[in-house]
This record gives sequence, structure tokens and C-alpha cells, in this order.
Amino acid sequence: MRKERHVLVVFPHPDDEAFGVSGTIATHVKNGTPVTYACLTLGEMGRNMGNPPFTNRENLPKIRKKELMEAAQALGIQDLRMLGFRDKTIEFEDEEKMTNTITALIVELNPSLIISFYPGYSVHPDHDATGAAVVRAVAKLPAAARPTLHCVAFSNDCVEKLGEADIIHDITQVNDIKLAAIKAHRSQTEQMFAGMEEKLKNQDPEVMARLNNERFWTYKFE
Amino acid sequence: MEIVDRKRVQEAIHQFANKDVYIHLETTNGAYASHYDQTFFSAGAYIRNALVRYELGKITGNGPYRVGLKIDLGWIYAEGITHFELDELGRLLLAGHDYNGKLAVALEISTTPFE
Repeated sequence: MRKERHVLVVFPHPDDEAFGVSGTIATHVKNGTPVTYACLTLGEMGRNMGNPPFTNRENLPKIRKKELMEAAQALGIQDLRMLGFRDKTIEFEDEEKMTNTITALIVELNPSLIISFYPGYSVHPDHDATGAAVVRAVAKLPAAARPTLHCVAFSNDCVEKLGEADIIHDITQVNDIKLAAIKAHRSQTEQMFAGMEEKLKNQDPEVMARLNNERFWTYKFE
Repeated sequence: MEIVDRKRVQEAIHQFANKDVYIHLETTNGAYASHYDQTFFSAGAYIRNALVRYELGKITGNGPYRVGLKIDLGWIYAEGITHFELDELGRLLLAGHDYNGKLAVALEISTTPFE
């Protein structure tokens, strides 16, 4: 993995960072690269609350905020920003306001790499709208001043439409840290883990491949 | 949250009648439903902090339950309610959790706005 000056990660929900990119984040942290994680919402509208439910719609954001801080700690992220938007509303916010929010982060942090979602190929409307805001903000910079933008995509048609990912990070070295980050989001991941524990123990090839390989599409600006 | 106790929920609904109350009403199948099953038609809606006044409110059914609130010019309705809580702020939180525990519907009543 290339040594970066500063990595800026922008996702809308606590746990978005955990599944697809936390090994990459942990590796940058280990390399001594400062990482800022800007998380737009607290996942207020999440449906997972345990089974039987251990919380409710109103207390879920407080729990997810705590989980997010624990995940950030597990990954060694020093700079966690919670931007205070509301789950499921990003696509309805004023576009210019969203762009400016990201621009302000870029100006302040001067990242050499930004990681976010690929707009149009990230399934959840908040994911697409977040990625779109990042793309708009980066596109506004003069070409020579633009940080690299690595996008996560996972829609059913993403490979068909975008081709294969051009960046694949093998994060086996730090997969224990990644698992800790995923587990930190207990309210969202506990049930998933219950079904995965056995496969992890047996080093199931499919599960391990998914865990250990993080794939990105480098965004190409016109 | 506790499993619905119809009597306690009915009492609580009654206590909010004829007052200005804030409503959170939501139904959801999750943002990933159509991603995992392309034959699934995804739909959902929510309204947060609707300010209403109802004259009559009832919980009915044998579980999962239905709740209807007769407001000045119309109705508020939710079905699939399984759990309830009267929280520390005196709000009535009603929710329906599916067979995996995931939230499918919520109806909440409060005399103060939701955060």
C-alpha cells in the first residue's frame, strides 16, 4: 500500500467503514499516516437492534455513536468527525451544502487519498449521495491539486458497469484489527457474526477471501 | 423494549389523547432488501415530529397489534406492533420487530419533540 500524506475517509453510517475498508485504514494507521474518518450520520434509522431487541429507535443513535468511537479506537483512528446529518436524508440535503462540507474537510486536511463510496454503485441512497458529494468536491479542485479518490462499490452491476476493481489490498496482516472493528458495531453485526463464527474458525476460503481483500475503484475525473 | 402488554399500552395511548403530541411513524423493509432479492419491491416511509392531536386512540388485535389514532382531520395507523416502552421522558415507543428482530414499523408518541 502506498504511503500517503493524509487519508480522509467519508461514509454516511457507522459501520460503513468496517466491512470494506477497515483493513486498509488499519494499515495506513500502522504506516504512521494520519487518518480522518468523517461519518455523516449516526445510523439513526438502522433496523438491527438485537434479537430480542436490546434498544429502541430513540436510543439506537446513542449506542451506535459509542460503537463508532470503539471501532475508531480499534482501528487507531485519531481523528473521528461526526457530522450530524440524519440517516436516510443525505440525498435530500442541499447539494451545494454537502459539497461545501466535503470541500471544507479537504481544505483543512489536505489529504493525498480520499476513500468513499462510488456514486451510483453503492446500493444505499445515502452511500450514493455521500460519494457524489465527495466527487463534486474533488472535481472542483484544479486537476493537479486533486487527491486520489478510491471508491467502494458493491451494487450487483458494479463489475459489469465499472469493470474489475483496479485496487485490491490484501489486509491479512491486520485482519484481527478488522474483525475487532466489525465487532465494535455490535448492534449491527452481532447476528451476522453468529452465522460466521464457525466459518471464520474453519478459515472458510470464501469468507477469508472476502475478509482479507479490500477492493477499490480509482475514480477517473473527466 | 418489552413485549406489548395491551392493557398498559392502551392506558398510555389514552393519556396522550386530546393533547398536542409529536409523532414518529415509520415503516421500513431496509435499504438492502432489493439488493439481496431483486424480486423484492422495496418501500418504506417515515414522518418525524408531526404535531397532531387525537381524540381517540386504540390498540387492537392479538399480536402483532394494530394501533389507530383518530386525529382532528384524519387518522394515523400502524400495524405489526410487537414491542413497547414508556421511556424516561414519558414517551410511548411502539415498535414491530420481525422474526429476526429487525425493526419493521415504529409509532412513537411524545409531548415534546423528538431529537
